[in-house]
Amino acid sequence: MARMKLVLVGNGMAGVRTLEELLKAAPQQYDITVFGDEPHPNYNRIMLSPVLAGEQTVEQIVLNSREWYAQHGITLHTGKRVVKIDRKHRFVEADDGTRAEYDRLLLATGSKPFILPVPGADLGGVVGFRDIADVDKMIDAASHYRHAVVIGGGLLGLEAANGLKLRGMQVSVVHIAPWLLERQMDEPAARLLQKSLEEKGLKFLLERQTQELVRGESGRVCAVKFKDGESVPADLVVMAVGIRPNTALAESAGLRCERGIVVNDTMQTFDPRIYAVGECVSHRGIAYGLVAPLFEQAKVCANHLAEHGVARYQGSMTSTKLKVTGIDLFSAGDFTGAPGTESLVFSDAATGTYKKLVIKDNKLVGACIYGDTIDGSWYFDLLREGTDISQFRKTILFGQHHLGDSGHGPAERVAALPDSAEICGCNGVCKGTIVAAIRDLKLFTLDEVKAHTKASASCGSCTGLVEAVLAHTVGGNYSAAPSKKPLCKCTEHSHDEVIAAIRDQELKSMEAVFQALDWNTPDGCATCRPALNYYLLARWPADYKDDAQSRFINERAHGNIQKDGSFSVVPRMWGGLTNPKELRAIADVAEKYKVPEVKVTGGQRIDLFGVKKEDLPSMWKDLSDAGFVSGHAYGKALRTVKTCVGSQWCRFGTQDSTGLGVKLEQLTWGSWMPHKFKLAVSGCPRNCAEATIKDFGVVCVDSGYELHVGGNGGIKVRVTDLLCRVNTEEEVMEYCGAFTQLYREEAHYLERTAPWVERVGLAHIKARIVDDAEGRAALHERFKFGQQFAQIDPWKERAEGTAAHEFQPIRVVAKPVTA
Amino acid sequence: MNDWIQITLLDDIPRQGCRIVELDHDDMLNRIAVFRTVTDEIHAVHDKCPHRGGPLSQGIVHGGLVTCPLHSWKIDLATGEAVLPDKGCARTYATKVEDGRVYLRLA
Ligand code: SRM
Ligand SMILES: Cc1cc2nc3c(=O)[nH]c(=O)nc-3n(C[C@H](O)[C@H](O)[C@H](O)COP(=O)(O)OP(=O)(O)OC[C@H]3O[C@@H](n4cnc5c(N)ncnc54)[C@H](O)[C@@H]3O)c2cc1C
Ligand code: SF4
Ligand code: FES
Repeated sequence: MARMKLVLVGNGMAGVRTLEELLKAAPQQYDITVFGDEPHPNYNRIMLSPVLAGEQTVEQIVLNSREWYAQHGITLHTGKRVVKIDRKHRFVEADDGTRAEYDRLLLATGSKPFILPVPGADLGGVVGFRDIADVDKMIDAASHYRHAVVIGGGLLGLEAANGLKLRGMQVSVVHIAPWLLERQMDEPAARLLQKSLEEKGLKFLLERQTQELVRGESGRVCAVKFKDGESVPADLVVMAVGIRPNTALAESAGLRCERGIVVNDTMQTFDPRIYAVGECVSHRGIAYGLVAPLFEQAKVCANHLAEHGVARYQGSMTSTKLKVTGIDLFSAGDFTGAPGTESLVFSDAATGTYKKLVIKDNKLVGACIYGDTIDGSWYFDLLREGTDISQFRKTILFGQHHLGDSGHGPAERVAALPDSAEICGCNGVCKGTIVAAIRDLKLFTLDEVKAHTKASASCGSCTGLVEAVLAHTVGGNYSAAPSKKPLCKCTEHSHDEVIAAIRDQELKSMEAVFQALDWNTPDGCATCRPALNYYLLARWPADYKDDAQSRFINERAHGNIQKDGSFSVVPRMWGGLTNPKELRAIADVAEKYKVPEVKVTGGQRIDLFGVKKEDLPSMWKDLSDAGFVSGHAYGKALRTVKTCVGSQWCRFGTQDSTGLGVKLEQLTWGSWMPHKFKLAVSGCPRNCAEATIKDFGVVCVDSGYELHVGGNGGIKVRVTDLLCRVNTEEEVMEYCGAFTQLYREEAHYLERTAPWVERVGLAHIKARIVDDAEGRAALHERFKFGQQFAQIDPWKERAEGTAAHEFQPIRVVAKPVTA
Repeated sequence: MNDWIQITLLDDIPRQGCRIVELDHDDMLNRIAVFRTVTDEIHAVHDKCPHRGGPLSQGIVHGGLVTCPLHSWKIDLATGEAVLPDKGCARTYATKVEDGRVYLRLA
């Protein structure tokens, strides 16, 4: 079959990104031709600011060399502007007469700097700030002239001004509004910014309206004159007052344009053969001017060009940073404080720090930060996820610090790190490796860095640092920000949508979910299958048949896989209690199976390490005969119930914490959870069982029991929130069952109680568990119902022969004779 | 050439699952993982992840891929190649299914 012809007009960031995505998805589908009116192959436009500032060179910012186009069989026409699209005969024509026919056409013509329509705007020495040619002109001017005026105090204008200053010019920034960056910053933040920039030597002329650019003797611009009659000398004038989507070509071809070329959610224009992406596009009335959303559009567009036909672009939320070394600002959402909103403000002029958070209905809707932007990405997440912040409203201004050092660090700190500094402790990835991968492989997003280097791919605590390295290496803010996070690449639906569909449409098998929710893979992937298996099991305990092939190996083999492929065995010890008979049985098993290491765990029980997989069933049989069941130390399941000595022996004990712990473990053992789940019961507020860093913790007091929820030790220590106080053991059991069930029904798979409680808010949990007695009883009943099916010891079953194939290798005794 | 060896029955390998064929009992590293995909294709791959030697047999099988249990590389069962951006290749062996019996060729 002949290949289809694809023509791309606009050899810039969004268009070429679409080609890259397309080549990944369907490398053979098209013969591709690219037209670009710049003489260069595709480069990173964002980095023009550092190039102007002398921090990078043009060579360093090339994204796709000419060899790249050749390698992929792409015909590249640089320096040719397409001037005509013939939709009837389906070809395009460039200004030099070059023609190319197409079956599909992709427009990615970007935008143009807006040039103020004032007299003198066409003089020599007047430039926009958009491409390499503009930067060349500015660098050239800087080596011959003295006075530069930048018109426009937005992001682009300030970056231009900073660059020209660093090149030795005297720079004034003219701005029409009363303060700088008025679309990103409120006045107090902008004043701090202005002060820092003035300290770097820039001058500002605010609330000035340009009337005329004055012509000098040489025919070049020599001054800028304002409405109020004043004027300033200028040998170079940079117009940075805004951009206009470049729609001229599309309009001449009769395509519908509003502010940009109008496209639908599949990035198609009104002519179904013609697609458009990038700054030239208007999607749901919005034209984006930052790279992250454009790259999302590119992905969706490529998906449709490849005729996979499943992706949709649904708009993006964006945040901004300024790329001026030494200046940290962050802004996102609506920070102006419209009616019906409340503002939280922190301001410290002495240290140049300012934070404003805007809240509506207990949710963050906007943020504007200057000086200390460490928490920018945290706020951005809260904003996008619509998290209820009522519980930490009092401390939200102080950032995420209280959650532990998650490695977020200001970009400057990262810039100062040597290449040998280890960034990701789990995978041993150094800064140099990450920087090299970003440069060599042209990575832009955190996900890509994760995939290529494994940095932050494990525990995730270094995510902030990796983002900072990324931002420092490629500039700008690349955390691509879809308005909704899909569960995985197999679907567009979020966790919550999947949970709701399973419940409301009564989906009871994995195939039913794949069908009802249009999965785009035949049998899912290693991310969604375990999640779906859990959701189905938690919702339909009586009907759904657990799918062993959708469980991670630990849960499939009921032991923890070790790095040499052997397993560990942790029998359950109720509440941490044991006795000579049990200990003897464990000792016997350890000897019989030559267990290389026996260890007391942090969860108050005994771990037998280094067991061969094929020995597991018979070892479990011996343990089962001695009365043990699985400790589920390997599962997203109830783990341990830690207890302390309690009133039985301890001189301070107020209640029988050990006995209550045993009862709670008997209630909850065997239950599958979104993530691991730990309990503890302490006999008094000295809290020896560390109940206040558990998922559900009980602290006994003289008058009854304090119930605590949502804590964990581990990567980010989080202390529990106090749920309530109750009087009897029966109540403790009911509240525990109800809380556990609420978590099982509502949390996302692999979300522990700590992040879940933070996401949905303690108020929600109190409303469901404490205030609503009927609802609490119903949750507890549902929990107990599910437990009927869950409290079947998996070890005993396997010792009796279930899933024997999992444990028995096939032996080939004699090798065949090879001829 | 008659170097095909019958190893098991198709029904004895779970769908989206795997059985291990052990060539030499004492050598944990010299094992072959025989996978059965959701569409009943059979593939045999050396049970050693090209990344850091993880046991591929213990991974989750989806489509024609297996995800390694240790650090989640994805390996194409038909070719043994790691899915980009990871790079590496595990050795593969020929298989065939006849009358519900699974055969493996080691040559
Ligand atoms: C055996 C044990 C260490 C020990 O010798 O004491 C242990 C061993 C492992 N822990 Fe742990 N943890 C053990 C107690 C803990 C504790 C202490 C506790 O429970 O009081 C914590 C902190 C408390 C907490 O969870 O909040 C703990 C926090 C973690 C974490 C971080 C969890 C987090 O949410 O941040 C992980 C990583 C994970 O789960 O993703 C982890 C993961 C692991 C894994 C499963 C790593 C893995 O995936 O292979 C280790 C398995 C080793 C093995 O092969 O058996 N382990 N782990 C402890 C088993 C307790 C038990 O009897 O079941
Ligand atoms: C100095 C500067 C700093 C920036 N900093 C950031 C930042 O920090 N963060 C961020 O997210 N974004 C930043 N941006 C914005 C970002 O660069 C753009 O959003 C992005 O480049 C737009 O991609 P695009 O493909 O839509 O357009 P472009 O990259 O402009 O590509 C369009 C290409 O099409 C060509 N073209 C147009 N018409 C025709 C035609 N008829 N025939 C042939 N070729 C044609 C143009 O010459 C151009 O090469 C910055 C931009 C600039 C200029
Ligand atoms: S047992 Fe826990 S702390 Fe120790 S190495 Fe393993 S995961 Fe890390
Ligand atoms: S060993 Fe397989 S992914 Fe690391």
